[in-house]
Amino acid sequence: MGDVQICYRDDAPVTDTALTLADFTSGSNAAAVRLEPGEDARALLPHLGQIKLVEVNFPNFGDGRGYSAAQVLREQGYAGELRAVGDVLVDQFVFLRRAGFDSFAPDKPLDDTDVAAARGFFPHVYQATTDGVAAIWALRHKAAQ
Amino acid sequence: MYQYDTYDQAMVDARVAEFRDQVRRRLEGTLPEEEFRHLRLKNGLYLQLHAYMLRVAIPYGTLSGKQMHMLAHIARRYDKGYGHFTTRQNIQYNWMKLEETPDLLADLASVEMHAIQTSGNCIRNISSDHFAGAAADEIADPRPWAELLRQWSSFHPEFQFLPRKFKIAVIASPTDRAAMRLHDIGIELVKNADGVLGAKFFVGGGMGRTPMIAPCIREFVPAEELISYSEAVLRVYNRYGRRDNKYKARIKILVHELGAEEYTRQVEEEFAHMKTLGLDPPVAELERITAYFADPAFEQGLSDDIDLSDPDFAVWVDQNTHPHKVPGYAAVTISLKPVGGIPGDATADQIDLMADLAERYAFDELRVTHTQNIVLAHVRKGDLYTIWQQLDAAGLAAANLDLIGDMIACPGLDYCSLANARSIPVAQKISERFADTGRQRELGELKLKISGCINACGHHHAGHIGILGVDRKGVENYQLLLGGSGAEDVSIAKIVGPGFDEDGIVDAVETVTNVYLGARESGERFVDTYRRIGMNPFKEALYG
Amino acid sequence: MKILTGNDLKTGDVIWWAGDDQWSRHLADAQDAGGEAEAILAREEAALRVNASYVVDGEQTDHGPMPLHIKDRVRAFGPTVRPDLAVNTSIPIVKV
Repeated sequence: MGDVQICYRDDAPVTDTALTLADFTSGSNAAAVRLEPGEDARALLPHLGQIKLVEVNFPNFGDGRGYSAAQVLREQGYAGELRAVGDVLVDQFVFLRRAGFDSFAPDKPLDDTDVAAARGFFPHVYQATTDGVAAIWALRHKAAQ
Repeated sequence: MYQYDTYDQAMVDARVAEFRDQVRRRLEGTLPEEEFRHLRLKNGLYLQLHAYMLRVAIPYGTLSGKQMHMLAHIARRYDKGYGHFTTRQNIQYNWMKLEETPDLLADLASVEMHAIQTSGNCIRNISSDHFAGAAADEIADPRPWAELLRQWSSFHPEFQFLPRKFKIAVIASPTDRAAMRLHDIGIELVKNADGVLGAKFFVGGGMGRTPMIAPCIREFVPAEELISYSEAVLRVYNRYGRRDNKYKARIKILVHELGAEEYTRQVEEEFAHMKTLGLDPPVAELERITAYFADPAFEQGLSDDIDLSDPDFAVWVDQNTHPHKVPGYAAVTISLKPVGGIPGDATADQIDLMADLAERYAFDELRVTHTQNIVLAHVRKGDLYTIWQQLDAAGLAAANLDLIGDMIACPGLDYCSLANARSIPVAQKISERFADTGRQRELGELKLKISGCINACGHHHAGHIGILGVDRKGVENYQLLLGGSGAEDVSIAKIVGPGFDEDGIVDAVETVTNVYLGARESGERFVDTYRRIGMNPFKEALYG
Repeated sequence: MKILTGNDLKTGDVIWWAGDDQWSRHLADAQDAGGEAEAILAREEAALRVNASYVVDGEQTDHGPMPLHIKDRVRAFGPTVRPDLAVNTSIPIVKV
C-alpha cells in the first residue's frame, strides 16, 4: 500500500491502520476504516462520530464505485479524512477531489508536475457536489439569487 | 439553437488542452496504453480495425451550418474526405492520426463542438427527436431538457466509471422518433394535471446482447428536480450495477434482476435525500437554455401549395417531407441511403452542400437522425424544388425515407474491430435488389436494420426486419429477425431460424416481403401484418 | 505461422511485423514470429514502435502470408466497400 502522497487537510494524515469494514462494524471503536469497492458506505453512517479516516480502495481505476461511496459519506456530513488508495492515477485526480477525497495514497506515486497540470485545466464545473465549488449554473444566476 | 457562453467555451477548450497533454504523455511513453485507452475513449477516440476512429458529439443531433461546414473541413483535412453519421446522431471519422487529434479537437472547439464522452463507461451524447421544434405533434421542444442534462453529465465526477456506457434520450411527442424506450434512460416530456411540463422516466431499456424495453419508473419529475432525480437513478446504478461481467453490466440488467419496483424504491430512497442537497439548477437555468430554442422568424401566411409537375420531385416530396407546425413550411429529410451506397456516409462536398442549404433555406440549422439521415427542419414549401434539384445533383435525393432502402447499418467488419460480419455489403445488395422506388413504395413503411455483431449498433432488434451478422466458424453468416420496432409501438424482433450467407440473406429479405405482400390487409405496414399473422407463414416461406 | 500486427502509435496505420524492429503496412512483408511472438510484441510495444498489437494465426499461401481469420484479412485489405482506400488489394477476403 502506498503512503499518503498528497493531503489537502489542515490536520496531519491519520496514521491509524484502517480496519476492514467487517472488523470495524463488529463492535470496534477504531477511528479508521477501509472500504472495498462492493461495500456499502452507508454501513458507516451510524459511526461517523468516531471515524477520523475512511480509506476507499480502488483496486482498478476503472471501478467507479468508490466515487459514490465518497459522495454518500460527504453528503451525510462526514468531515474526516477521506483517502483514495490503490490504483489512483493523475487523470482521475480532479474527479476524486470533486467526489470528496482529500488525501491520496496511490500505489504508484503521481508525478507532481502532472498533478499540477491536471488541477489547472478546468476553470469551472458543471455540477454541484459536496466540494462546495459553485457550479456554472450557479455562477450564471448569481445575480438573481 | 443553443450557443455557448464563456463558461461552456472554457470547458470545451479545457478538454482540448487536457487531451493534448494526455496525447503528449502517450507519445512520449510515460502514459501506458492501458491507462490512455480509457482517456482517449472518453474523448471518442477508438482504435478500430484499420486506424484510430473519432466520434464527434452532435448533442441531440442539432447543429448549425457553420458546424456542419466544420465537419466537412475535418473530413478533408484530417480524414479521407468523408464521414459516417451514426445511430446516436453523431458523426465518426475512420482515419484519424493520434498526433493530429488535439488540433482537430481545437478546430471543433472553435465552432462549439467536441468529442466529450462519446465513448467510455460514462453518460454518452444525449439523443432526441430529430423533428424537435418543428413537429406538429410535440407538446414542447425536448432539446432544452437534453441540453440541461448534457451540461450536468459532462465531466460528472461520480459517473465517469460506471459499470458500462449509459445512453439517454429525451422526446416530447407521443410519436417516438428516437427509440426512447430502448435507452438506459428514456425521458418523455409530459404535462401534469396543472399543465406543467415534467419528465416521465423510463429506465433500463437497451439493445445489445439482451434487448429490453424500459419500464416507466416515475410518471412525473418536475423540471426543478430533473437533475437530482437523474443523479439518484445513476447512483443506484453506479453502486449496484454488475461489474463482474461486461455483458451484464448495463442498467437494464440491474433493473431486470432487482425488478422495476425494487429498483424504483431504491431510486426514490436516494432521491428523497438528494433533492435536499442543492444539486438542481434554478428553473431560470432551464428558461435561459429554452430561450435559445425559440422558434426562428417564420413567415406568416405562406401557401401550402407545391408545384408537383416534376414527377421525380413529387415522389420525393411525398416520401421525404414531414408536416410542420407552421403553415407553408415542411421538415425535409435528406436520405443518406442512395441505391447501393454506404448508409450514413457522406463526402465532404455533400456535407458542405447540406450546410449551404441549411444556411440558405432552413434557418441555419440541421439535424442528424438516429436513422443516419439529415434533416432540414424548417423549410418553406416554396423552396423545396430548388433544394431538391441541388440535392439531386449531389446524389442526395433518394426518395426512400422509412422505406426498405432507408436502412440502418452499422459499419460492420469493414471498419469495426468488434464486428463479426460485414454489414455494409449486405445493405448495398438489398438496396440494389429493391432499387426501384415504385417497388419500395408499394412495400410501404419498412424499417430494415442491420448489425454486424451482437452489440446491435445497427438496431437490428428494433427493425421490422432485422439482420444480425455472426461469425460461424470463421465464415460470415446472417440471421433474420422480424417484428421489432423502435417507435412508440416499441417491440423486440425475434429470430426466424437458421442463418443465411450474404446472398441468401438478400433473398430471404425478398421472400419475407413477398409473404407480406400476399397477406397484407388494407393499410397494414409490414410489421402490422407480421403482428397479425405471426412468424409461421414467414418461416414456411423461408425454410419450407 | 504466427503473424504479428498492431497499429502505428502516431498514425494509427495497420502494420505487420517484418522482422527485427521493422514494421510494414504491407502484409506481404510479414514474417513468421514463431515461438517468439509474445516476446517480440512486448519489446516492440515498449519501444513505442507498435500499439495495440496482437498475434494472428496465419499460413503461407500463393498470395503470401495470410491470416486465417476473415477479420484480419479485412484488416489487411482495408474496408472492402471502399477498395479505392484499400492497402493490400490483392488479398482474398473470403477464402477460396
